[in-house]
Amino acid sequence: MSIPQEHDYIGLSEPLPSEKISYKMAAAAAAAEGVSPSLNAEKIGAFNLKETELRLGLPGSEAPERKGGIGIGVSLFGKELKDESVCVKSFVSGAKRGFSHAINGAGKWGLSIHGGSAADLGGNGGPNVKEEIPAVKAVEERKNEASITAPASKAQVVGWPPIRSFRKNTLATNTPKKDDVAGKSGSGCLYIKVSMDGAPYLRKIDLKTYCSYAEISSALEKMFSCFTIGQCGQGLAAKEHLSESHLMDLLHGSEYVLTYEDKDGDWMLVGDVPWEMFTDSCRRLRIMKGSDAIGLAPRTMQKSKSQN
Amino acid sequence: MAYSFPEEVLEHVFSFLSLARDRNAVSLVCKSWYEIERWCRHRIFVGNCYAVSPEIVIRRFPELRAVEMKGKPHFADFNLVPEGWGAYAYPWIAAMAEAYPFLEEIKLKRMVVTDESLELISKSYKNFKVLVLTSCEGFTTDGLASIAANCRHLRELDLRESEVEDLSGHWLSHFPDSCTSLVSLNMSCLGSEVSFSSLERLVARSPNLRTLRLNRAVPLEKLANLVRHAPQLVELGTGAYSSEIRSDTFSSLADAFSACKQLKALSGFWDVVPSYLPAVYSVCSGITSLNLSYAAIPSSDLVKLISQCQNLQRLWVLDYIEDSGLEALAASCKDLQELRVFPSDPFGAEPNVSLTEQGLVSVSEGCPKLESVLYFCRQMSNAALIAIARNRPNFIRFRLCIIEPQAADYLTLEPLDAGFGAIVENCKELRRLSMSGLLTDRVFKYIGTHAKKLEMLSIAFAGESDLGLHHVLSGCDSLRKLEIRDCPFGDKAVLANAAKLDTMRSLWMSSCSVSFGACKLLAQKMPRLNVEVIDERGPPDSRPESCVVERVYVYRTVASRQRLDMPDFVWTLDEDSSMRYS
Repeated sequence: MSIPQEHDYIGLSEPLPSEKISYKMAAAAAAAEGVSPSLNAEKIGAFNLKETELRLGLPGSEAPERKGGIGIGVSLFGKELKDESVCVKSFVSGAKRGFSHAINGAGKWGLSIHGGSAADLGGNGGPNVKEEIPAVKAVEERKNEASITAPASKAQVVGWPPIRSFRKNTLATNTPKKDDVAGKSGSGCLYIKVSMDGAPYLRKIDLKTYCSYAEISSALEKMFSCFTIGQCGQGLAAKEHLSESHLMDLLHGSEYVLTYEDKDGDWMLVGDVPWEMFTDSCRRLRIMKGSDAIGLAPRTMQKSKSQN
Repeated sequence: MAYSFPEEVLEHVFSFLSLARDRNAVSLVCKSWYEIERWCRHRIFVGNCYAVSPEIVIRRFPELRAVEMKGKPHFADFNLVPEGWGAYAYPWIAAMAEAYPFLEEIKLKRMVVTDESLELISKSYKNFKVLVLTSCEGFTTDGLASIAANCRHLRELDLRESEVEDLSGHWLSHFPDSCTSLVSLNMSCLGSEVSFSSLERLVARSPNLRTLRLNRAVPLEKLANLVRHAPQLVELGTGAYSSEIRSDTFSSLADAFSACKQLKALSGFWDVVPSYLPAVYSVCSGITSLNLSYAAIPSSDLVKLISQCQNLQRLWVLDYIEDSGLEALAASCKDLQELRVFPSDPFGAEPNVSLTEQGLVSVSEGCPKLESVLYFCRQMSNAALIAIARNRPNFIRFRLCIIEPQAADYLTLEPLDAGFGAIVENCKELRRLSMSGLLTDRVFKYIGTHAKKLEMLSIAFAGESDLGLHHVLSGCDSLRKLEIRDCPFGDKAVLANAAKLDTMRSLWMSSCSVSFGACKLLAQKMPRLNVEVIDERGPPDSRPESCVVERVYVYRTVASRQRLDMPDFVWTLDEDSSMRYS
């Protein structure tokens, strides 16, 4: 690709004599700077209006320090810090939910989302300001990661390129014609609906952006904030053999259970089959009340008993 | 001296006016003309379902027979509008069920339609004829079964690209044997297999069938049977176009097609096996519309097919056609008016096919009637855009998507301002424009200066400052729809052009720099604009006013600004306490 990896236009607060120079400068600045110091903890105290504005950077790019002037750009929530804890909380928690759903493959972005990789996102409990600090390091790590692996896996921006879901899903199931296409991972995406009992509306997620049950369950946890499957999902994925009592504990302990509808139209408990098999056959997800899901558990038990 | 024609005469005169624009003009002449016109208007188009309420429409137009409506903003197609935002059809369907027992047509786009709505439609309107659901969602095949079973005089059932929950293919079998009125059936978006014998019998007993678009599940071996029952077809969408190579299947198919003397449009072609393409050669000379955008066929096979279609006016194709194929297209299809080239591998990091800006340049050179373009590619240059603009000053729609956001001119590394500037300067009739690539405020200056007929503009990852947006809002006289994502446009431009927003259908801005304070101010200043703050981070009141909102959707409306179906992530101005958003 002829375009420099860290291409940044947002930092241009003053008009420069020629666009060419300004873009190269910005790119160089972004590259040299690495992580923007505005991320660090010192800013927590300062109530800086500019810092609170949303900024937009593209995958792999870092916005340089802002010089001033409104409407310069939009930066992702991870960098805004406020002195009012109430404010931070609502901003932060909502942002986690909002953007981790908005950005496919949170883990692949160079920009910080709380925590390091997507897996870490699940590990973090509630929102709190302290997470900003590990985010700084994580961004740097991930940026290096991103630049090493960039040619193979492209970070995806929501809704870009602008292709309708129907076409995207059809592309994903088309057999690729050329040989060099076959080697790529993650081409296409697969949006499925997620419903939760009692929630007034559904959500949609792209299954291709997750690599494991842990990732998807933590993403869903954020999306549906009273959802507590995080423990259950990780438990299922991590253990090869389920003890009956353990699963029962999980089901009784957490209010909700994650289930999916497979190609045959049957409702299955998430976590039984290998991840790839799951993404191939999953048509939609449903977060069921644990009490409704009790009927599913015995089958799982029998399965693992027969596997033992 | 006052004079007037008798009402009946005026009504008769008005009956010759079909365009809504003309009828709207007529209704503004005087009160009596308004009254006469409203009683004889039978067809209505509502571009934004929230711009007006069912009650207002019903009160004004008591005799409607056809309603066409759009719901979600265009960017909902690309998942930028969170699920649950709105655009529910049910309130409209329910209100109209009472008010318009003779309603015949309902056409909805980007709305949420439930099975309940479909059942209500099927039972409320005795003479229901046309149902078109474009990019809708929320219903299942059970809803379709109601329509099939109860609409005795159904002529059109068109489910273009809707998201239907496919419970089974059984719905089709609900068409009663007495139903022979079908003119158009489009089920291409459905997944499940329908009963083939039901389908075959339905086609056989529908002598007026002109449009049949099958879904992928209909196998190629059975296609010939269907086509043989309907040689009068004008538009055909095949199912999967693949099968093991068998000469009897092929000859049967070729024979069936050769009987279709009126066929003008072909689509479908999922899973294509190129050896079966020649089966359609006999109809190619009459084909004016070809949709191969789901067909993964190498360029050479595409060219063989396309070069037979001398009268082609519309081509939708995947980028497998490559520059060489587009050159061949330019040489053989001189009547081409619309071209759409979709990416076969949009998320791959490297290009998988040899399709560049050159393909578009060739077509713009060779096809004098080309007026509408949607083109996905991976590189572009100002030189190419300038050439294209000079070749084709007759563009009406120009949508270019360079896959990498903010891609510069690959030859000079400059922004593509000059290129797009040339497009708007040369193409004086341009009504729709979508831009991509690296763009500064300069391109917006060109747009504001030249694009006087532009009605819809889509911008992404472009611009440098509020000045860009200001140029557009202050300069584009005909602008109706503006949608922007990920651009550094903010408060100043929006507030300075608040009055302009009243003349437009809608403005969408997501991931831009508009603050909550500005949204509030705009809503206070402009009582007939609904300023929806769509933000999933909790109440905007809980953050400083200077905080930027995730998304804002502004549209003019004569209905209430506090729509009753707002989800908890949408905030509008609270009319009672003017400083709060709730």
